[in-house]
Amino acid sequence: MPETAHAADRRDAAWWVDRAVQILVLAGGLSAIVFIAGIFVFITREGAGFVFDRFDFREFFGSPRWTPTSSHNPTYGALALIAGTASVTGLAMVVSVPFSLGAAIYIGEFATGRVRETLKVLVELLAAIPSVVWGFIGLSIMNPLIIQVFDVPVGLNVLNAGVILGLMAAPIMTTIAEDALKAVPDTYREAAEAMGATRWQVTFKVVLPAARNGLVAATLLGVGRGFGETMAVLMASGHSINLPTSPFDSVRALTATIAAELGETAAGSDHYGALFTLGIFLFLVTFAINFAADVFVRGGQRKHRRRGRRPAASANP
Amino acid sequence: MFEATAQNRRNLKVEGLFRLLFLWMTCMLILPVALILGVLIVRGGPAISWEFLFTQPLNNMTAGGILPALVGTVWLVVVALIASVPVGVAAALYLSEYAPDNRLTRAINLAIINLAGVPSIVHALFGLGAFVIFFRFGTSILAASLTLAVMTLPVVIVATRESLQTVPLAFREACWNMGATRWQTIRKIVLPNSISGILTGVILEVSRTSGETAPIMFTGAAFFLPFLPQGVLDQTMAMSLHLFVISTQVPDVPEHMPFGVALVLISMVLAMNGISIAFRVYLRGRKKW
Repeated sequence: MPETAHAADRRDAAWWVDRAVQILVLAGGLSAIVFIAGIFVFITREGAGFVFDRFDFREFFGSPRWTPTSSHNPTYGALALIAGTASVTGLAMVVSVPFSLGAAIYIGEFATGRVRETLKVLVELLAAIPSVVWGFIGLSIMNPLIIQVFDVPVGLNVLNAGVILGLMAAPIMTTIAEDALKAVPDTYREAAEAMGATRWQVTFKVVLPAARNGLVAATLLGVGRGFGETMAVLMASGHSINLPTSPFDSVRALTATIAAELGETAAGSDHYGALFTLGIFLFLVTFAINFAADVFVRGGQRKHRRRGRRPAASANP
Repeated sequence: MFEATAQNRRNLKVEGLFRLLFLWMTCMLILPVALILGVLIVRGGPAISWEFLFTQPLNNMTAGGILPALVGTVWLVVVALIASVPVGVAAALYLSEYAPDNRLTRAINLAIINLAGVPSIVHALFGLGAFVIFFRFGTSILAASLTLAVMTLPVVIVATRESLQTVPLAFREACWNMGATRWQTIRKIVLPNSISGILTGVILEVSRTSGETAPIMFTGAAFFLPFLPQGVLDQTMAMSLHLFVISTQVPDVPEHMPFGVALVLISMVLAMNGISIAFRVYLRGRKKW
């Protein structure tokens, strides 16, 4: 070995350490894939028994009767739960999409200097409030407020959970939408301003269309957040099985059902398997939403890389 | 020639109106939260005292303090950090320093986005199926913390990766030109120049971890345990679950107590975030390049 070693061959201790580290960090990177696969494998493992023995596609998606604890005829219809999640998430998006995009436009395009930095920090702090605290706010502040203002008997309903969820999802949507606006190359803005456009015209006619993909991604991630939110929805939505017909109906969400019932089921029972099946459904839907958002973000970035190049000047920052 | 035309004036007016509209929208996101914080402080403030923070709950949690929940949250956070920071930093190092732009890297990035996007209750189901049942940790701090670690891994990875990427490429190139290996470059140049950014990410993770409720409900947090955990295989109370329990599950809790717990929890979380942000602003001001 020593006689064949080339002078440039540097397989000394440092080389081997470098190799080892390279493998270690690769393992770290792969762990993300392992975990996401692990999540799917383990929830499927617990839910498989139910899916193969008891699961009835028509009942699950078509029946609003979720009565897993009934002693003679338990039914597992998730329609009312899906409707609950959808109504709360839908209302949350109606509330928060316009405001988040408006806030993103203000922070990204209008505000400058210290105001901008302060607003960004505030939005970041909003995102930090734990969901159980939001749920508590829904329960103890929003609930009496809704009863008083709208003169309804119960304040824990779609309206309450929707507003809470809207406020929760707004910071993440604002941040991502602002990133999308920032990703639009300044050359676009400069070109429009050179034509005499006001800042509003630049924003509306140039920046927003160019950032469309990113804004769609921001909305999708907001939907994903609302869809998967657990504690706040559990505490603020009233948690009663209903196909809602007005914002003042109490509903029950998919996530909240798992959180409320899992503690009372025996491992391996049909009910237990049914809750894991809800989990599989949640996992698949959020995976699809995140995947779609990622596709949109990438589409947007590629477009700008292609078109937004500034000749020579930006090559050397 | 440069006199404003009617058209110009109209444009400027429209511009002013939209500016106000967007400012109002921004305020509408921030003001309700400020109000809510105010209410929490006014109604929860009177509950807070040394006694509240440092004594055991009494009379079925309708009186006394929150000590076991506070201590439990610290346990959960520390164990979760021990598990997730090394893995997260390694992953970030791979993505920032080694990863070629290929399909594997794209898959890793997608996995990270999904880890962050999977609902917390699904993480709870995973923790139950994997750590509690399959690995036989039982409902314990270990199982709950590992669940939290998996869930907050993206926070560490993203913050660390961003921090690593602020180190200019020229620093690395200078080091490589001296004949250093990649690892030597990382250890002597990249990490020292980004360690503070990584720290802010870790602080952010502490904040996220301490507020989570759903992932620990079935994996290791207990409704009520009148003693402190002795090791990682014990169950524990936690601040977030305690707030849920005394505001929904226990009858006859005096009103100021859940407000007090909510105030303590949100103060912890916001303080952590505040430190992280202040640290970041300070570092940006101090940057040498």
